Amino acid sequence: MIPQTRSLTTSTPIYTTQDLQLEVEVEASVQMEEREGEDGVEQPPLCPIDPNTQGIIKGRDLFGYVGIEAVLDQMRRKTMKAGFEFNIMVVGQSGLGKSTLVNTLFKSKVSRKSCTPNYEEKISKTVNLQSICHVIEEKGVKMKLTVIDTPGFGDQINNENCWEPIVKYVNEQYEKYLREEQHVNRKRRIPDTRVHCCVYFLPATGHRLRPIDVEFMKRLGHIVSIVPVIAKADTLTMEERLEFKQRIRQDLEANGIRVYPQKEYDEDAEDRILNDKIRENIPFAVVGTDKEHQVNGNKVLGRKTKWGIIEVENVAHCEFANLRDLLIRSHLQDLKDVTHNIHYETYRVRRLNESNANGLGLSALSLENGTFDKNEAESQL
Amino acid sequence: MSQSGEKGKFPETAGYVGFANLPNQVHRKSVKKGFEFTLMVVGESGLGKSTLINSLFLTDLYPERYIPGAAEKIERTVQIEASTVEIEERGVKLRLTVVDTPGYGDAINSQDCFKTIIQYIDNQFERYLHDESGLNRRHIVDNRVHCCFYFISPFGHGLKPLDVEFMKAIHSKVNIVPVIAKADTLTLRERDRLKRRILDEIGEHGIRIYQLPDADSDEDEEFKEQTRVLKASIPFAVIGSNQLIEVKGKKIRGRLYPWGVVEVENPEHNDFLKLRTMLVTHMQDLQEVTQDLHYENFRSERLKRAGSVQSNRVVEEEVMDKDQILMEKEAELRRMQQMIAQMQAQMKMKPGDD
Repeated sequence: MIPQTRSLTTSTPIYTTQDLQLEVEVEASVQMEEREGEDGVEQPPLCPIDPNTQGIIKGRDLFGYVGIEAVLDQMRRKTMKAGFEFNIMVVGQSGLGKSTLVNTLFKSKVSRKSCTPNYEEKISKTVNLQSICHVIEEKGVKMKLTVIDTPGFGDQINNENCWEPIVKYVNEQYEKYLREEQHVNRKRRIPDTRVHCCVYFLPATGHRLRPIDVEFMKRLGHIVSIVPVIAKADTLTMEERLEFKQRIRQDLEANGIRVYPQKEYDEDAEDRILNDKIRENIPFAVVGTDKEHQVNGNKVLGRKTKWGIIEVENVAHCEFANLRDLLIRSHLQDLKDVTHNIHYETYRVRRLNESNANGLGLSALSLENGTFDKNEAESQL
Repeated sequence: MSQSGEKGKFPETAGYVGFANLPNQVHRKSVKKGFEFTLMVVGESGLGKSTLINSLFLTDLYPERYIPGAAEKIERTVQIEASTVEIEERGVKLRLTVVDTPGYGDAINSQDCFKTIIQYIDNQFERYLHDESGLNRRHIVDNRVHCCFYFISPFGHGLKPLDVEFMKAIHSKVNIVPVIAKADTLTLRERDRLKRRILDEIGEHGIRIYQLPDADSDEDEEFKEQTRVLKASIPFAVIGSNQLIEVKGKKIRGRLYPWGVVEVENPEHNDFLKLRTMLVTHMQDLQEVTQDLHYENFRSERLKRAGSVQSNRVVEEEVMDKDQILMEKEAELRRMQQMIAQMQAQMKMKPGDD
């Protein structure tokens, strides 16, 4: 079972078991092989052991194959076993197709409408957040998907402060995570309920951002990654769509709203090029549906009208495929990283500063918006 | 009798007096005088109101459109913009005034957005009343709002709270014609479902929209059928456009999408033609209802209020809307309950009523 060093050049994983213990053994043995290689050959030691020079050694400079890249496989297997967590929040007025879009994105019935039997679409009087959790599996990869819905947002006559319950919720999740982190005996994997992505639905008016959009995105842009989308975009022709997007981008810039992917967090030039392309296209104009129709002999997801069939996954019709690629296929991990490294850290710094300013330890402080857990405080002492 | 000779249709038969030609005389006079019609359009920004008006009347009422940014919209209140255009078709002149209400429903807090609109409608009634009571009544200009197109967003699941409140506030002052805007975003099934939902909610809240009059029994079948179809299609789901697109060799008005062309004047695609037919064939009726019902309501209320000697509350209770009566009664009930509570706290006697 112990692999030979030379044969590690094959790309298929040689390890067939997923036993944790075996992985540890294998890691140790690989390290041992490395050291043996050093002693057994006549050539000078592998690393130019001068810590002051540029310490990056490219693969082709190595005198033999070490097997460092095997760590990728190990990571892959570990994360596959552990599974992913992703929390997505959808915000927008009633009737903009939020639930349908989420169902279409994840190709399963994950929205609150699919989970509640006899669902009636009544406009609720207050904004109440509902989160539904599902475990989706694809090719052995498990994802624990949580969809947080916000019915009642922006539906009333007076919508002042309708964003407050949402801000409160996001901060509560950060607080929960912070508390878990601060425990003396903390869990190995802290359950992550923080909102990784907030998809904000703009109605396809064709004009500009409305005041409620501006207010919401301004406030939430600081604490969560917002991805604005144009909902029900099948009412805009191509020119109208381009103009609308341009005006929205102007409005976003004019109001200092930062949406995902944020310019400041681009790590290197490659990222920047990729993200610039995305930034040129936001907000994505999407159309969602769960019905299939026959088009040219293929079954496609689409909306059938008297004047044609709008194919959801056809990039010439709408940008659903781009949104899906962004959210799931290319930037899902990035969304989580940004949430963890940037938004969460900002929150943490703020909270720690607050607690320092009050002169008390964090343990004695109550949660930002509510309950004070005495037992937790005592356990930290 | 000399006029019957003009037409040559009715030769001198015994017993024929000739006043059957009166309609023709009225017709000629009114054609000379021209018609006046005031149409108000209300709805949130971006629902295609201006496009629809332009499409309906084949004009460009809004040549230089400036769309304000969100920051400006925050400070704005509802404005009233009236633009008048004279349209002539086959010798018949129509002086059409379109009253637009930009800013409606834009603000975060839309509580007061319809006060301005109601005030405008009342002002027009007031002015007409004043002119009517004046000495020189020869050239009264009729600027009263004859019809209000209320635009309902197709994105929702029915009526929004703002829609309900607004329609309840003006259904006693103006003829409301609900219109579902941007209907190209709905499939046929969604459209039917939305229409039924809206009609249900209108009935639920007791909103009185404009009812098309039934065709008289002596009209021909075609007209009766048309009226039936029109009545069944309310609220109308419309698409507006003034762009000419070439389809199968013909130039028609429509919207070009990558997946197809939506034709504005195709009855299978939307109800635009029905809306136009309704407006055109019932323009006279809309004016009549405004004059006989809404204006008379307003007039009697105003005159009573002006001439009353009694306390305001009694007078207003008589003529106000049911909603206001209900609100007053609720306020009164609350006052009485407070009084009762006080009395009970003080004396524990039987509460006296008012």
